[in-house]
Amino acid sequence: MSAKRVFIKGNEAIGQGALAAGCRCYFGYPITPQNDIPEMLSSAMPAAGGQFVQAESEVAAANMLLGAAACGVRAMTTSSSPGVSLMQEAISYMAGSELPGVIVNMNRGGPGLGDIGPSQGDYFQSVKGGGHGDYRTLTLAPATCQECYDLTFTAFELAYKYRNPVLILGDAIVGQMKEPVTPREPLPIDPAEGGDWKLTGRGERAPRLLKSLFLEDGALAGQNRLLQKKYEAMRAEVLYEDFETAAADLVVVAYGSIGRIAKTAVRALRDAGLKIGLLRPITLYPFPEEALRALAAAGKRFLTIEHNLGQMVDDVRLAVRGLADSDFYGVFPGNLPTPDEFVEPIRAAAKGA
Amino acid sequence: MSSIPEIKEELVFDRPKVLADVPSHYCPGCQHGVIHRMVAECLEEFGLVEKTIAVSSIGCSVFLYNYILVDTVEAPHGRAPAVATGVKRARTDAFVFAYQGDGDLASIGLAEIMHAANRGERISVVFVNNTVYGMTGGQMAPTTMIGQKTTTCPAGRCAEREGGPMRMAELIASLDGVAYSARVAVNSIKNMAQAKRALRRTFETQIKGEGFGFVEFLATCPTNWRVSPVAANERVAKEMIPGFPLGVYKDAAKED
Amino acid sequence: MSRIVIDEERCKGCLLCAQVCPKAIIAASSRFNAKGYKVAEVLEAEKEKCTGCAACAQMCPDVAIKVWRSVKSKAKEND
Ligand SMILES: Cc1ncc(C[n+]2csc(CCOP(=O)(O)OP(=O)(O)O)c2C)c(N)n1
Ligand code: SF4
Ligand code: SF4
Ligand code: SF4
Ligand SMILES: [Mg+2]
Repeated sequence: MSAKRVFIKGNEAIGQGALAAGCRCYFGYPITPQNDIPEMLSSAMPAAGGQFVQAESEVAAANMLLGAAACGVRAMTTSSSPGVSLMQEAISYMAGSELPGVIVNMNRGGPGLGDIGPSQGDYFQSVKGGGHGDYRTLTLAPATCQECYDLTFTAFELAYKYRNPVLILGDAIVGQMKEPVTPREPLPIDPAEGGDWKLTGRGERAPRLLKSLFLEDGALAGQNRLLQKKYEAMRAEVLYEDFETAAADLVVVAYGSIGRIAKTAVRALRDAGLKIGLLRPITLYPFPEEALRALAAAGKRFLTIEHNLGQMVDDVRLAVRGLADSDFYGVFPGNLPTPDEFVEPIRAAAKGA
Repeated sequence: MSSIPEIKEELVFDRPKVLADVPSHYCPGCQHGVIHRMVAECLEEFGLVEKTIAVSSIGCSVFLYNYILVDTVEAPHGRAPAVATGVKRARTDAFVFAYQGDGDLASIGLAEIMHAANRGERISVVFVNNTVYGMTGGQMAPTTMIGQKTTTCPAGRCAEREGGPMRMAELIASLDGVAYSARVAVNSIKNMAQAKRALRRTFETQIKGEGFGFVEFLATCPTNWRVSPVAANERVAKEMIPGFPLGVYKDAAKED
Repeated sequence: MSRIVIDEERCKGCLLCAQVCPKAIIAASSRFNAKGYKVAEVLEAEKEKCTGCAACAQMCPDVAIKVWRSVKSKAKEND
């Protein structure tokens, strides 16, 4: 049984998804375009018996997340690009200390203060580590309000499954858009979660330690080897939407809001008789490289569309290397793309070669 | 029956059990060790060992967890009060303390300490002020005294160029959320007794839910001060205490 | 008689114990421990002066000193 459909913004869907997924600590700092999340959670979180803290900065918010995560309590912070830059310190420490937590980035235009409009300029920051050191964060990219809700659930599940920070990378489009969302039954909080590592006070057992400092000879190598194994295992979590790629000559690759807009353009062009499909990565890390490689092996060509000057296209090219290449079409920030804007670039790519 | 007077002896000083019986990595005469011992004693005296979560910071005391045998999470440099906030919010029943050096707390972590204090987080902060960045080799800290030579102010700290030493116990005391703020030293038996009382009171404010508790320990760093441990300890009385007056700057229990 | 025992393997020879001892009965020995520190000791000729005040132990950053204090008790008083 699931609750009644609600008509909410993507931002709210994340907040509600988090509550239903058992999130009981929220830490944040105001920044457009994600303020709906802290605003709703400032009352909803205490009402659910949880804790809401407006931190003094994103640096502090992310470190509060680290602290709550160390206790094995489901916790989240949300922000947008400049704020997420400030969170990279804690995210790196969380990855190093193997702490689970959810970090939401409603990507806005950059670099610097940029603008407050939608952008995918933080792709590299999200999937290539972002902070210092050799680590990865699982990254989920919702394209609809329902996905905002559902992927928040997934994010918490994955965070605890892998003891790793998980990013939700949205943008100002999906955050601000209102759509019907079907909520789920709230997850009962499992008191056994994190049972063998979380800090509770030592009680009668041996003290536990969560740290990222490994100074002894060979210790860091050992830890990083462990992490590497974990990142390998995460490959099993790949999610993507495949829209009519089987019969396509050209596969458009786009994620998040842009993936959704591109899909409308692809659909229109298919109706006009062009052999086009779309692959929309839902997990950006792990990247659906095997799916792309299989398409390349089947002789498809690729066009990557992004709301930036070309970031994910590197990963597409890596995935299909030796078999194919990818064209690229980039949308500049400050520009809300429509499906029409993608029609010509797709048509041109379909003609090319 | 006549009683025969008999000389017995009683063990009057031993290490607290929660303080690991291992050699420390600290330099000879470094007072981090004394402060660790006092923290360990207070945890035991209040019966807190089982429910404590410690937050260690970045500095020479990063290995706190090797010595105080309680659940511990390591915070990034300066962020211990934010991490401790997250811990306490997630586990409101736990006893949560952070242990921070002066570079960690008064420089890179200034925002985090001030705001955790101002929010009145129910946490306790043990602040060790040795007027230098010990771990990185004795560079100037925000607490370095005017005229004090360090590796990055070799001619001595200059007020015009680098400002003056920050007096954290006073600054913290000015914030509404703070239940207790004091400065103590461990350079003499008399001061140590006061220090112990202050540390107990710092912990007590959390136990009683009164607010944020803060205690600043003046401590030596003989290695980076480039003097003997004995001379370093003498400097505490001669130079540090006059510049960093000892005392209780705020105690909610003594107000209204 | 009160007495102290210095764990020589823990002692780092800082002499803060000697500095604080009200009876001035602690000093550097001529021994070095395994880590190469010249350890402190109670002067043999003065050891009776120890009052068991524990000042040295409190001062020791390495918690290397244990203190025993003599207590006069009347044995079998309650028999
Ligand atoms: C972000 C960051 N910057 C710099 C450092 C290097 N660092 C390690 S410890 C330290 C200073 C520690 O000094 P203090 O807090 O006074 O502690 P002490 O060693 O004196 O006890 C610094 C700057 C770091 N670890 N992280
Ligand atoms: S460098 Fe200074 S603070 Fe660090 S252990 Fe040595 S004496 Fe102590
Ligand atoms: S117990 Fe007191 S008198 Fe005895 S050695 Fe230690 S400081 Fe000196
Ligand atoms: S204070 Fe401790 S470490 Fe220092 S000399 Fe005395 S016994 Fe040794
Ligand atoms: Mg210092």
